[in-house]
Amino acid sequence: MDFYVGLAQLIGVHALLGLSAYVVLLTGQVSLAQAGFFAIGAYAAGMLTVMAGWPLLAALPVASLAGAAAACAVGFPALRVRGLMLVIATLAFAEVVRLFFFNFDFQVARAGVKVGPLGGEGFRQIRYFPENAWTTLEVTLFIWAFVAAIMALLWWFDRSRFGTVLRAVGDDELAAQSVGISLTGAKVTAMALGGAIAGIGGGIYAHYTTHIEQANFNILLATLAIAYPLVGGLSNVFGTLVAVVFVQGLLVEGLRFLGDWRNLLFGALIVLAMNLRPSGLFGARGA
Amino acid sequence: MLELKALSRHFGGVRAVDGLELSIARGEILGLIGPNGSGKSTTVNLITGLFAPSAGRVVFDGEDLTGAPTHRRVARGIARTFQNIRLFGRLTVWQNLWVAQNSPADRAERGFFARWLGGSRGVRERLAGLLELAGLAHRRDELAASLSFGEQRRLELARALATRPKLLLLDEPAAGMNAEEIGQLDERIRRLKGEGYTILLIEHHMELVMAVADRIAVLNFGQKIAEGPPPAIQADPAVRKAYLGSDAK
Repeated sequence: MDFYVGLAQLIGVHALLGLSAYVVLLTGQVSLAQAGFFAIGAYAAGMLTVMAGWPLLAALPVASLAGAAAACAVGFPALRVRGLMLVIATLAFAEVVRLFFFNFDFQVARAGVKVGPLGGEGFRQIRYFPENAWTTLEVTLFIWAFVAAIMALLWWFDRSRFGTVLRAVGDDELAAQSVGISLTGAKVTAMALGGAIAGIGGGIYAHYTTHIEQANFNILLATLAIAYPLVGGLSNVFGTLVAVVFVQGLLVEGLRFLGDWRNLLFGALIVLAMNLRPSGLFGARGA
Repeated sequence: MLELKALSRHFGGVRAVDGLELSIARGEILGLIGPNGSGKSTTVNLITGLFAPSAGRVVFDGEDLTGAPTHRRVARGIARTFQNIRLFGRLTVWQNLWVAQNSPADRAERGFFARWLGGSRGVRERLAGLLELAGLAHRRDELAASLSFGEQRRLELARALATRPKLLLLDEPAAGMNAEEIGQLDERIRRLKGEGYTILLIEHHMELVMAVADRIAVLNFGQKIAEGPPPAIQADPAVRKAYLGSDAK
């Protein structure tokens, strides 16, 4: 049972990560920076609850803002590149963030114990949930309340005019400019929104694992973030959620009995899925 | 209304547009013709700001827009269609018009929050009117990519009108059309003029240009070689030479 609850928590957090990439992908930007925003949110929220003693619900909005601010900083220069160059540039950003936390030592003493991020050792003691006697079930519900709220928000956003404008930019940038859409406005807003969602996801992630380190936010995480909406398709937010369940639940966990062969089959199944459903499991018609 | 002053655009050593002087008066239809590669489409891209000029200025309604980004020019009232139709294929017909409502008037009507949420009834009614005019009301919720060629051309024009332009740049609107469709296009362009739009018509189909344009400018190798009313252009020896080669009499 614990196994399934843990899996549900993981799926919830990765769903937030995938949704952050989904928003950015609507404008046609393939961003590997989402793992970086996720890391920034994780460290920011962890430091606020552990070192400043904030409640988690107050720390998460700040983590979200930190993610959004970092995304704006990436969004503006990212306007100048597209396609593979954008992939490389955003990947470089994610690596810069990871290496920053690899070298980031900042500890304070609380109740006689030094707490805070300690470079390569990572950031331990993010014990907000156990300290406040949250049960595993409560933590899971907490995570999924955020997933549900953000999915509902994005579902509505997708149907709004601004969501449609983002899709127009993703469809044809030249035509979008020519009907008066500001590419800068659309792309940077999408980036910032994605950064905000990744920041929340990271903040929650830090607290349910209780221990984070730079290696958690590597290229694999960045790739997964963008793989979820790509596998799930961009027709609506549920595709991303189904893709997370498919990848984390079925492929990563379900194939564990295969041992080292799992990664091989994992790759093969992704390739198979992309070939059978090139526009995602729930791809748009004719797209 | 629109003035191009000594406008140039060079690509490497090629002078795609070279010192072009052109002005369009309010309410006028100016035909822009010339052989392939004479710089017509480059001129449109310079006017809309997709290309930056190598030299010269673009002045619209007395305002210098030379360095302005495309979306700001659209807000000022310059809209275009593309030679090779560029719709948002993965959006519906209606959504194609919806995302084009970026004019100051539409923004004001929507207000700050409504701009993100959707739009007022007035906005929706205006779009319904445009759909009706384009004869696409019955295909409102189809994906734009699924429309026929003629429908796509009509939708693209409707989308340009949805931006509430003053000046319409039509880049070869008759390309790929049959005689009947060109007849309808002729009618539509005249009706737009009647509604007060100023139009720059770039076209290879001479019959259409000669019929609807008030004035015609002819480009060759990026330079304007003639300008005047249609009959004068038809009789102009320099124009004949550009189109038919040096031996033409």
